[in-house]
Amino acid sequence: MSDLIQQAESLILKPAGLSINDIDQVMGHLLSNQIDQADIYFQSSRSESWVLEDGIVKDGNYNIEQGVGLRAVSGEKTGFAYSEDLTMPNMLEAANSVKSIASLGSSGILKPTSFNKVPVLYAAIDPLNSMSREEKIALLKRIDQQTREIDSRVEQVVISLVGVYEVVLVAAEDGHLSADIRPLVRMNVSVIVEDNGRREQGGSGGGARQGYEYFIEDDRAMSYAREAVRLALVNLEAVDAPAGTMTVVLGPGWPGILLHEAIGHGLEGDFNRKGSSAFSGRIGEKVASPLCTVVDDGTLDGRRGSLSVDDEGTKTQCTTLIENGILKGYMHDKMNARLMGHAATGNGRRESYAHLPMPRMTNTYMLAGKSDPDDILSSVKNGLYAVNFAGGQVDITSGKFVFSASEAYLIENGKITSPVKGATLIGNGPDVLTKVSMVGNDLKLDQGVGTCGKEGQSVPVGVGQPTLKIDGLTVGGTHA
Amino acid sequence: MPDSNITSVCNEHETERLRNIAADILLEAKKQGAGQAEAAISVGQGLSVNARLGDVETIEHHRDQGIGITVYKGQQKGSASSTKLDASSIKEMVSAACAIAQYAEADPFSGLPDKEQLATHFPDLSLHHPWAVSTEEAIEMAIACENAARFYDKNITNSEGASIQTFEGTRVLANSLGFNHGYPASRHSMSCSVIGEHNGSMQRDYWYTTARKASDMEDPIAVGEKASERTVRRLGAKSISTRKCSVMFAAEVSGGLIGHFISAIRGGNLYRKSSFLLDSLGQQIFPSFIDIYEQPLLPQAMGSAAYDSEGVATSATNIVTEGVVQGYVLSSYSARKLGLKSTANAGGVHNLTVKPGSLDFKGMLKEMHTGLLVTELIGQGVNTMTGDYSRGAAGYWVENGEIQFPVEEVTIAGNLKEIYQSIIAVGNDVDLRGNTRTGSILIKQMTLAGT
Repeated sequence: MSDLIQQAESLILKPAGLSINDIDQVMGHLLSNQIDQADIYFQSSRSESWVLEDGIVKDGNYNIEQGVGLRAVSGEKTGFAYSEDLTMPNMLEAANSVKSIASLGSSGILKPTSFNKVPVLYAAIDPLNSMSREEKIALLKRIDQQTREIDSRVEQVVISLVGVYEVVLVAAEDGHLSADIRPLVRMNVSVIVEDNGRREQGGSGGGARQGYEYFIEDDRAMSYAREAVRLALVNLEAVDAPAGTMTVVLGPGWPGILLHEAIGHGLEGDFNRKGSSAFSGRIGEKVASPLCTVVDDGTLDGRRGSLSVDDEGTKTQCTTLIENGILKGYMHDKMNARLMGHAATGNGRRESYAHLPMPRMTNTYMLAGKSDPDDILSSVKNGLYAVNFAGGQVDITSGKFVFSASEAYLIENGKITSPVKGATLIGNGPDVLTKVSMVGNDLKLDQGVGTCGKEGQSVPVGVGQPTLKIDGLTVGGTHA
Repeated sequence: MPDSNITSVCNEHETERLRNIAADILLEAKKQGAGQAEAAISVGQGLSVNARLGDVETIEHHRDQGIGITVYKGQQKGSASSTKLDASSIKEMVSAACAIAQYAEADPFSGLPDKEQLATHFPDLSLHHPWAVSTEEAIEMAIACENAARFYDKNITNSEGASIQTFEGTRVLANSLGFNHGYPASRHSMSCSVIGEHNGSMQRDYWYTTARKASDMEDPIAVGEKASERTVRRLGAKSISTRKCSVMFAAEVSGGLIGHFISAIRGGNLYRKSSFLLDSLGQQIFPSFIDIYEQPLLPQAMGSAAYDSEGVATSATNIVTEGVVQGYVLSSYSARKLGLKSTANAGGVHNLTVKPGSLDFKGMLKEMHTGLLVTELIGQGVNTMTGDYSRGAAGYWVENGEIQFPVEEVTIAGNLKEIYQSIIAVGNDVDLRGNTRTGSILIKQMTLAGT
């Protein structure tokens, strides 16, 4: 038995008086109907948040969550129930209502339990204990004080520190038992600056699957603070953004949110099985310029979007979505992979035991190209250089996507000139990457702050890209 | 759709049980040295089914419970939350909240609400109407709804399905000032989303209905047909050239515009000075024909409540009268920070209403004459600090008061301060499904960016 499974057993099953044999019994009960796929998902999580505002640590919250979700799938049909109550009678009752999705008749014999060995992408630590309360408070107070010292125009500083310690144990119909211990920390600094009656804000942050010491190493916490102040001060100078279609250069890193919205969601297996995505049935077709290769990689060490094993017990992998402009593959959970005759790609994720798994992204990014970022900028006569974004959204059926710039500049005669106010950029997912005419050699991943929402479920994700030049994207400013 | 004969988990006995747990929590908090404490408990159960392409796709049985505890040691605050209601978990949570309070710093504005503001009488708002629908009946209804959508128009080629959801739950709130009250509530909904195709490009749209009482919902056929109509009329959408033009927000999206206003006069954004409407009390923010008010005590409405999430009694409140801001949207904490009284808005507003004008939807289009009718907005793109607004939009180009063709892949932008001042009319086509009740809203001019 693997070490992680032992830990999960002692953290979740033992306190509830359960054993692995009990899981087998519930699974046996689930499989007494004609079920293609089933799982029992145990989750236990503890999280905390601390918030500093007005110079004082005002509030903290501690959250405990625990429960079990049972799912049975027959063909395209899914039955699902969950409970906070980890007792056998409760789980057997849930199994009963869930398996009724399928007609009677056995799906076969219960497979013997085998323990899934998963690669270690992050240490099985409890980040909440990685620092004492005194140290957490002291960190927040120090960052607040040093942020205010950066510039006299800083009026307000809000800092939040969040840590999650999550343990999952998932049993599948094929007898595989997998466990994962998933630490996750995040810190955000946001500031308000005021100058001559004009007020603006800026924010920055980061995170990883590590302990809180991550924010002290390499002076990361203060780098977020400096970045937040810099952004707010840039905004003080911002003029009205242009309106209309123009050449847009996207900076490296977080602007990779473009890939997440414009193509990522559209390549999730569920939409493609159902034919509801603008990318449906297009594998092998050209959907991007030959300069573009895009992957979804859940295996990056310690990153926010990474998982050793997904929420269905499938090991994560690096999946090529687009290679040299050609659409290569979709991201799958087990159900959609089975129904499409593909292999699962380790993208089956769920917000919690109370939610159904579905195909979700992990870390989605574009590989580096050959161009020098300076050459990319100097090649643009008139356009927009967008380097920071507040978020995005996509309609996967029409393919239309938006993402909202929070830091952008005009490009005039190959030079970066005035900063402009926040503006939403809108485009068409299936053709935006065909307009990529230059790809930088400066691939960067984001700092670890991304959260993706789909059908009401939030999961942590990562994005990244090199500097990109797009010949024609609609910029939604006010200056027509 | 019958509303009776159901074994509801939400009854007086259950409310009493949760009130007792809440009282135990307060006692435990006192024992552990908290001067003041508050406990909120909710339990609920529900069913959701989704049907797609004529067959059931998912059946989900929901059973949720949650508990939140806040303690104050002097002016130091700590809170904890959990999904576990047993005695040992409660002890653990109280001690976690107390430990946080120990380390948090004193905040002179923190604490429970002022006692005299707490609700003392509890009108029956008729919020609990359990729905005796079986899984099989729900499936049948979802299939009927989806069929109505799929076969309504030959351009409908695919479907994301139709779903039926029913939920009922009980919430209890108690604090150490003697408040301890709970009530059950229900919510049911039905939605349908279908896909149409035209010249190789797809469009999707949806419709939904929701109510406290199942029999108040639109019928499945109507929901399906509306979803279908909305999808088909989007087929062939195109972008248009960049311009300045009138913009009409259809009732299903105009609530958002009012939501940004509420956000800008919310206490948290005011005391942090992160609002474009600082010191707006008494100021003319809207044209003089605009009245905005809260109706928290409407029977059966989605946003009704006799008290807010802190127990402060709600009442009918004018927020904007003749375009002038009458009051902010405050919790006890933000009110104290601003030197004001709570407006019973901890947790949000209740049945926020924009007084309807005299024009119906068609009349509003005629009033606009030429411009963009917006039926969908995507992305964030709203800066509450500066009022800058820039969002992705889809809808219809209107000329001579008539819809000409569907539009997509455009943005609309402006500054909310100017947008509010340039409202020309509010329709009487009020959308009653949500917590914000408003008709369509016509704006004189915004910047549209497109091709």
